[in-house]
Amino acid sequence: MTGPEGLPGVIGHFSYFVTVFLLVAGLFIVIARGNLIKKLIGLGIFQTSVYLLYVAPGKLIGGTAPIISESYKVYSNPLPHVLILTAIVVGVATLALGLALVVRIREAYGTIEEDEILLQEASPASGAD
Amino acid sequence: MSIATHLPALQVVVPLLAAPLTVLLRRPGLAFVTAVAASWLALAISVALALQVAGSGAINYAIGSWPAPLGIEYRVDALSSLMLVLVTGIASVVLPYARGSIEREVPAAQHYLFYTMFLLCITGLLGIAITGDAFNIFVFLEISSLSSYVLIALGRDKRALVAAYQYLIMGTIGATFIVIAIGMLYLMTGTLNLADMGRRLATVNGTRPVLAALAFLTVGVSLKLALFPLHQWLPNAYAYAPSAVSAFLAATATKVAVYVLLRFYFEVFGQSQVFGRLPMEQMMLVLALAGIFVASTIAIFQTDLKRLFAYSSISQIGYIVLGVSYASVTGLTATIVHLFNHGVTKGAVFLLLGIVVASTGGATLARVQGLGRIMPWTSAGIVLAGLSLIGVPGTAGFVTKWYLILAALEQGQWWLVFLIVASSLLSLAYVWRFVETAYFREPRTDIVPAAVPLSMALPTALLLAAVVVFGLDTTYTVDPAMRAAQMLIGGPR
Repeated sequence: MTGPEGLPGVIGHFSYFVTVFLLVAGLFIVIARGNLIKKLIGLGIFQTSVYLLYVAPGKLIGGTAPIISESYKVYSNPLPHVLILTAIVVGVATLALGLALVVRIREAYGTIEEDEILLQEASPASGAD
Repeated sequence: MSIATHLPALQVVVPLLAAPLTVLLRRPGLAFVTAVAASWLALAISVALALQVAGSGAINYAIGSWPAPLGIEYRVDALSSLMLVLVTGIASVVLPYARGSIEREVPAAQHYLFYTMFLLCITGLLGIAITGDAFNIFVFLEISSLSSYVLIALGRDKRALVAAYQYLIMGTIGATFIVIAIGMLYLMTGTLNLADMGRRLATVNGTRPVLAALAFLTVGVSLKLALFPLHQWLPNAYAYAPSAVSAFLAATATKVAVYVLLRFYFEVFGQSQVFGRLPMEQMMLVLALAGIFVASTIAIFQTDLKRLFAYSSISQIGYIVLGVSYASVTGLTATIVHLFNHGVTKGAVFLLLGIVVASTGGATLARVQGLGRIMPWTSAGIVLAGLSLIGVPGTAGFVTKWYLILAALEQGQWWLVFLIVASSLLSLAYVWRFVETAYFREPRTDIVPAAVPLSMALPTALLLAAVVVFGLDTTYTVDPAMRAAQMLIGGPR
């Protein structure tokens, strides 16, 4: 298995390994942690790894921005960067909304630990009729 | 004439521009009028587009006159025009209802923001249905998702906050999976235009990245459409959101996710890729049946009516996915018709529950004891919508069941017919829970139902009428759905 430019597999696909590691690590934090803020941090890492998935293959080593000129032959693809700019904005909005919800949850429940919140919801004194 | 050519863009732009307008106007009354006007205008546009598509075929609209596949293309065809009509139609009915409903459920200072979020949610859902660009789908998906998290969090119960948070986590994971899939497809094809992607995928079909993209997309969209077992976010989100929001989301959000699934399966990957190389038919069949039976059974044991019908939604999504798993024209017709019929039915159910909440203060089974005598019209309405969920002839739900059974018979699967009928008995059981409590128990004396404004009763009656009309006359539902199904089975363009 060889990567681009004939490098051996692991080095040639270095960016993909980093991407997948971050992807799995982020998802693991979301699932395994009970703290609502830590979950959001995990979610942030998870989303960020996808930015890498898009941006890294768009870059060619030695490539420039697509300028139509005799002196440039190798171009990097600018489209993934633009797409990810949009995705970053979405990610920021998601994180902001998530944190805002955590603030409201803290005000309502007095805790940001998932198990304590579930405990309060399960108890009959939680205001359910 | 010049306006008419720009209808596809206006479809999305009208609610998008109305959203900030409601923030600027601030006064709840003005915001309400703006929102209703925008949704009715959007409905008019979507009907005009649907007529145009039915008359002269699909419409391609190049945004900013940049031609596809380089520019972003909006494409209205038989399937998307149906989704546009569903979303705008439900929005046009729910928004007038929302005013009376949120007065009782949302603090007055947040009313104008409610309309803003509602309009943004409409924008997102319409955008998903109309765009022909893969990354655009993700952006619109997030617009609709983010606004629906806010809408759910507006619920007066504090559990709405946790429900919104859980939905945010699950929804973001789902959306990110979809982006990963789109990224992989982009790496393999070098295009983001759905039609172009479908054509180019033919040369790299069956390669590992494409199969991985298919897997990521399936899981991501399944999270969004709440396919069993990825449905955990749905019951709480529907149960604790303001009633108008439950009605709108239950009728449209999951349905648009199904639309995304259909679009990618049949037009991008192509039927042979999805169902030929992988045992997707069997997988979807098993998940759909498990969803139908497990969710219906859980629904029977609920004590809150909103939760009961939320679980019923999950089981109904099972029927929708069941239709997809046949991968035949009849099966897809059932799916697409059920998107529409279930949208109308479940919209009506949640609007009715909203009336119950508004007049008695809650929708738990304990509170609706003897409701049949206190509020005869509302109770009768819930029973009628319940009959549609069961699939009794004369209601919209029957049409779907009929086509699902036809599709099963087409493939000679008799046992499936038996299962579909058996699952209807489970729906009967959970609807009976309401009937028993509302009609065979003494009314509670401590609850005095408040009068419900006409602005809430009228939209609800309209949707209920639609449940019956679409059950008796299938010209406007089955025919377009069949055209859409034939288009999908036709394979990648």
